[in-house]
Amino acid sequence: MDHKGIIIIGGGPAGLSAAVAAHEAGVSDVLILERDERLGGILNQCIHNGFGLHTFKEELTGPEYAARYVARVEELGIPYRLSTIVVDLTDRAPGSNHEGDGDAHGHLKYVTTMDAEGGMTAYSADAVILAMGCRERARGALNIPGTRPAGIYTAGTAQYFVNLEGRMPGRDVVILGSGDIGLIMARRMTLEGAHVHLVAELQPYSGGLKRNIVQCLDDYGIPLMLSHTVVAIHGNARLEGVTIAEVDDKLKPIPGTEKHYPCDTLLLSCGLLPENELSSQLGVNLSRATGGAVVNESLETSVEGVFACGNVLHVHDLVDYVSEEAAAAGRHAAEYVQNDTRGRSQGVKMDETIAIVPDGGVRYTVPVTIRPDHMADLTTVRFRVGAIYKDVDVTVYADDREIQRLHKRIMAPGEMEQVILKKSELSGKSGELRFAIEA
Amino acid sequence: MQHRQIVIIGAGVTGACIARELSRRELDVLVVERMSDVCEGTSKANSGIVHAGYDARPGTLKARLNVQGNAMMAELSRELDFPFRNNGSMVLCFEEDGIAALEELKSRGEQNGVKNLEIVRKDADGGAALKELEPNLSDDVVAALVAPTGGIVDPFLLTVAMAENACVNGVSFSLDTEVDSIAGNPDGPGYVLDVTMHPSIRNGLKEDAKDRIEADLVINAAGVHADVFHNMVSGRKINVTARKGEYCLLDKKTGGYVRHTLFQLPTAMGKGVLITPTTHGNVLIGPTAEDVTDRETMNTTAEGLAKVIATAGRSVDSLPSGGNVITSFAGLRAHEDGGDFIIGEAEDAPGFIDVAGIESPGLSCAPAIGTYVAEIVDSICPSSMKEDFVATRRGITSMANADDEVRAACMAENPAYANVICRCELVTEGEIVDAINRPLGATTLDGIKRRVRAGMGRCQAGFCTPRQVAILAGELGTDESAITKKGCGSELLTGHNKEA
Repeated sequence: MDHKGIIIIGGGPAGLSAAVAAHEAGVSDVLILERDERLGGILNQCIHNGFGLHTFKEELTGPEYAARYVARVEELGIPYRLSTIVVDLTDRAPGSNHEGDGDAHGHLKYVTTMDAEGGMTAYSADAVILAMGCRERARGALNIPGTRPAGIYTAGTAQYFVNLEGRMPGRDVVILGSGDIGLIMARRMTLEGAHVHLVAELQPYSGGLKRNIVQCLDDYGIPLMLSHTVVAIHGNARLEGVTIAEVDDKLKPIPGTEKHYPCDTLLLSCGLLPENELSSQLGVNLSRATGGAVVNESLETSVEGVFACGNVLHVHDLVDYVSEEAAAAGRHAAEYVQNDTRGRSQGVKMDETIAIVPDGGVRYTVPVTIRPDHMADLTTVRFRVGAIYKDVDVTVYADDREIQRLHKRIMAPGEMEQVILKKSELSGKSGELRFAIEA
Repeated sequence: MQHRQIVIIGAGVTGACIARELSRRELDVLVVERMSDVCEGTSKANSGIVHAGYDARPGTLKARLNVQGNAMMAELSRELDFPFRNNGSMVLCFEEDGIAALEELKSRGEQNGVKNLEIVRKDADGGAALKELEPNLSDDVVAALVAPTGGIVDPFLLTVAMAENACVNGVSFSLDTEVDSIAGNPDGPGYVLDVTMHPSIRNGLKEDAKDRIEADLVINAAGVHADVFHNMVSGRKINVTARKGEYCLLDKKTGGYVRHTLFQLPTAMGKGVLITPTTHGNVLIGPTAEDVTDRETMNTTAEGLAKVIATAGRSVDSLPSGGNVITSFAGLRAHEDGGDFIIGEAEDAPGFIDVAGIESPGLSCAPAIGTYVAEIVDSICPSSMKEDFVATRRGITSMANADDEVRAACMAENPAYANVICRCELVTEGEIVDAINRPLGATTLDGIKRRVRAGMGRCQAGFCTPRQVAILAGELGTDESAITKKGCGSELLTGHNKEA
């Protein structure tokens, strides 16, 4: 069995950045496993610009942004395998039936892959970085009633057809959900000659970035209908139309507000779901709020030596933040492998751990716990709010004492927020760190 | 114009089972199906249950053929390599008053010949035996009729396997072929069918075309449309009502939640819905029952889906439906006014054999219906048995279910078996190519889905649709623009960029 220092599952923006950071931190024995035919992940189909403003201080397209990281991976000579899917991720050595008895330390991870050239391959690794990304919520998960004709696509599937194959999935389009991919596709479909009738959004606010609403809808005169949803789908062979209704404050359709819109295409942009099936297989604890792993300040999951970053951890709005977070995961994984801190959870002394408690409007935070002894001097905590807030303060309390207060003019569920914690603020602290939105 | 000894109308599970049984004989058989694939009507949207056989009134065709069909299923699943599991079923009773009805069901089952029926009561041991049978059973269950012979089957693959085997043994299939009218042949015995052929990749037509088929015998297995064809040739009218049932399918994560198929004893509150594992490890809940006039539209409704979830929830501790519904669908059952199956030669239309009103337990009965109809055919037009009949079929190897050894062997022989296309269900290019290229192979996205489960998983084909479209176009030698979800009119793409 081939052994690696760090195996990174996923060669999208998160995996690439994690690999580069781990290598730069001194672990060259890294392997990236990518299921697609090329590195870069979903960036490859995001041909619009707006990527990289934070990371590179310039506006790049998705493929350009990915190419920068791919070039760095090539430059460092980091090995990767393409068209390779991970079919098994476990901490049990092949042939063993007991957890953790696979090696002397008891902490190796085992990865089994399948690919068209090599067939099945088994690896062991000291550390694993989960960077599998996310998938789109499909019609079935939304339980939209009606028939099941052709012409209903997630926005990302439509994006693949249009941007990578030059094929149009439809002409007369209604979009449900105002997630960023839906907004981007409203513009793209319009530019490619389709008629986008409207974007309907169940919530009273958009799920996407403000700049996308302006640049992709307003600029093209495409109406955004907030508090509206699709209540029926019509047509047997190809989609013939949808019925859209207004919803009340409990998000239930209001009878009598139904309106029929003829269309041949319905695009869905109703949220992204971290793809954690492999993580579950390994026994990683998942957060109900994010669908991603519960992690500490080192972005380490509940399974020691397994780190997570990017959209598999929690769904991001900007790839720049994915890269930043993944770089941190790469550094922490490298540190873990180099310091041989393995087995510490079984050690005599448990590290001091502070739990972050989301409160008053904060929906979730990443990370969920912080060990002051392990944190970097500056540690980023990312979070989202559950509603629109105007002129409020983001406050952080340690042991009920305020340690940070940041004024925000506006906060929305569609925009990820962050607070940077200083190590000095937390030294000697224990118990809870409370994040709240206050007027 | 073509002449056939026997024309079967409909390539659902009933038509396919009859075709397979007739393919043992030296007969010239044609199956006509208006849709682009087999298994496109009632057969594709049902509970996938092999009923034990206690439901139907003793003496009915339903009762007899159910018990026979149930007994045939295990052997057939080995012969034709389709998924079947004998998981057992339970009918749940929620109130003491209902136990009498449970006793009646048991005695009815015994009269029908169902073996090993048993009533397990909660008061006997505080519910321990019930919980042992079904750990997540609701505490509200006071008794259950346990039927160990109940089972589950993949209705798509049962139909595909039957049709494919019939095809291999010489039965012709004309898909995308809709029967417009049937009349007695003015020039002699038999019938003349006027049909419309719809354009498809297979037939190469660009627009609808008319054809005429002469047949000595017609077998009417047209599901919810069977009354239409019967009434064209017979003065003794029948009436089929389409009864819609809505279902929700749950993520495989919930797979182990129930072991048995759990039915609810009908109460004043309604007929109840079932909760069952599927042969692929999902959990399925449903159906509702609503008579509809439109026989073409299989639409779900918000009320129906809400009712399914609420009602199924009664059977278990806590239904894991939250966030786990991966798709919902509706199917139409063909209910005939008389309440029983109508199988036999129409009294005033010699050579016209009805197989009508095949509602539940039709799927369970299908193999027995096949042999029963073949006996009727033998009585009208005796034939000899084929000496070279091929009784077995090997299904498409599933890489997701194969062990390491089989996987390695498949990959070594053909690297396409290591190229994963559908990552949710771990379906490879090799499997999809096989599904397209075998006899009566898939030509549509839905056809692939039903044969190898690509796109059947939690992302519902979000990632693999473009790759499947490309494989279909490549294997069928056509442009991607011709690829459909489910046949003519359901094209997936509308053109190239900037064309609109």
